Amino acid sequence: MSNKGQTLAEKILNFKSPGVSAGDIAIADIDLAFVQDTTGPLTMRQFNNSGFQYVANPEKTIIFLDHAAPSPNRQLSNDHLFLRQFAREKGIALSEVGNGVCHQLVAENFACPGDVIVGSDSHTVTAGALGAFATGMGSSDIAVAMALGKTWLRVPESFLISLKGTFPRGVYAKDLILHLIGLLGADGATYKALEFNGEALTDITMSQRLTIANMAVEAGAKVGLFPSDEVTRQFLAAQGRADHFRPLVPDADATYERTIAMDLSQLMPTVSLPHTVDNTCAVHEIKGTKVQQAFIGTCTNGRLDDLEIAAGILEGKKTHLSTRLLIAPASRRVLKEAISKGYIPTLLEAGAIILPPGCAACLGLHQGILGDGEACISTANRNFRGRMGNPEGLVYLASPATVAASALRGEITDPREVL
Amino acid sequence: MAGKAIKGKTLKLGDNISTDLITPGRYAHLRSNLPELAKHVLEDADPEFAAKVQPGDILVAGRNFGLGSSREHAPVVIKMSGINAILVKSVARIFFRNAINQGMPVLICDTDKIAAGDEVEINPDKGIIVNTTTGAVLSCGKIPPLMSAILDEGGLISYIQKHGDFVL
Ligand code: SF4
Repeated sequence: MSNKGQTLAEKILNFKSPGVSAGDIAIADIDLAFVQDTTGPLTMRQFNNSGFQYVANPEKTIIFLDHAAPSPNRQLSNDHLFLRQFAREKGIALSEVGNGVCHQLVAENFACPGDVIVGSDSHTVTAGALGAFATGMGSSDIAVAMALGKTWLRVPESFLISLKGTFPRGVYAKDLILHLIGLLGADGATYKALEFNGEALTDITMSQRLTIANMAVEAGAKVGLFPSDEVTRQFLAAQGRADHFRPLVPDADATYERTIAMDLSQLMPTVSLPHTVDNTCAVHEIKGTKVQQAFIGTCTNGRLDDLEIAAGILEGKKTHLSTRLLIAPASRRVLKEAISKGYIPTLLEAGAIILPPGCAACLGLHQGILGDGEACISTANRNFRGRMGNPEGLVYLASPATVAASALRGEITDPREVL
Repeated sequence: MAGKAIKGKTLKLGDNISTDLITPGRYAHLRSNLPELAKHVLEDADPEFAAKVQPGDILVAGRNFGLGSSREHAPVVIKMSGINAILVKSVARIFFRNAINQGMPVLICDTDKIAAGDEVEINPDKGIIVNTTTGAVLSCGKIPPLMSAILDEGGLISYIQKHGDFVL
């Protein structure tokens, strides 16, 4: 092995497989393997088909019921029954309907800096915000990871995203990541690690980091990583997990395949137009586009600060008559705190519909399916054709502020006009 | 090593074929009933696809094939439709891994040189694709060794059943 400096991705995978660097194959022990309810049944069938009897580390394996929560039909209810029974038989934990979206719960309760985390959901990358090498895989890979307690990973080359400056009024982490994806393209970082760093980092909160890491996969990346620093330490302490902290930074002489400098102060409220995430423009360029639905929630932007921003914009006002506003807090904890801080009452007063913690309208299987020709502005991470349950629907992606402002006016609105 | 030559007639799609187009979220309730789910394969990309596809056909598409969700149901239903191999300009990483885990070869080449209905012959070992309709010879990227070994066993589950572990 050479002594050259390591990226964060290389550093974490070296904990598991000493001596590897970008391009090598690492066999890594897994700190957490999880599935959700739309990929879990196939995972468990693959596990059973392989003839495996036992889960290697039941205490490091979790099933989340979050995508169909509560279930809208008999088939998905039966999938839930199957997953509950599997959890009981194998002695693994199951997060019930109503607890929230898997990635939010992983961030709150499980992910630690330096972990290797695999989940049968592409947005597993979210936990990269805590300095965990977290990546999505399919059902066969997770079945094998559950059985063996390990997986194989190609150590990715890294892009350094160097951040400076502070967000202007009305501009948020969501605008940053949408802008970056527009710049890179939906396949611009395929197989790569996106590593976020730079002097702006100390001002970027954990919730904002989760938003950014969450969408790394929308540029094709394998992982979106933040260093583990004071922000990480404070976040873990606030979750009652102070002992899970360890500092983790890349070496100063690490090699990056590409460096992209971003100045936060130059960013504008940004939106992704249908039907690809990299189809971005400034919100003001499409202002006035009518929306029949507005959705605030998901693993990208369903946290307390997101609801606070929305409540701030809608306080004492009413959503537009032709626009329904759906709110799905990312977790039970977020919902409880948003109630106690008064955000939920404010949003209800403004006309919002509060959905249970979970994926809700995000993936088009229930709770907010679009009608033909309807448009939704959403805080989610994907706007592929058919995403919200109807190939004739249109999905625009934006920050919670832009979505709240648009719900107020019934048309896509730059949040700086209403702040 | 990724096995013998694969021959077939092609069906063609464009760029950015997401897993939502291959197997839409609105059919999530059919995921434990794969034969039903497979009836809707690629429905939102080409409503005629399921009716057109013949056993042994080869699927050809553009950039970033399979982007989006980690649902392995996407390569599963493509395989169930009778497709034997996928040729693309580029492929999203989770889909690539899932396809190989399902024993479905995905090869990278300049798919502009292949039209819908062309007959092609893929030689994964040599890294060559011959468009037998036009005579064009295309080079294709090779599948990395571990994935190639998984493909040789017909997928990840049979690979692990045979070896009991990952063998580097
Ligand atoms: S909220 Fe949306 S993107 Fe996040 S895990 Fe659920 S379905 Fe996937």
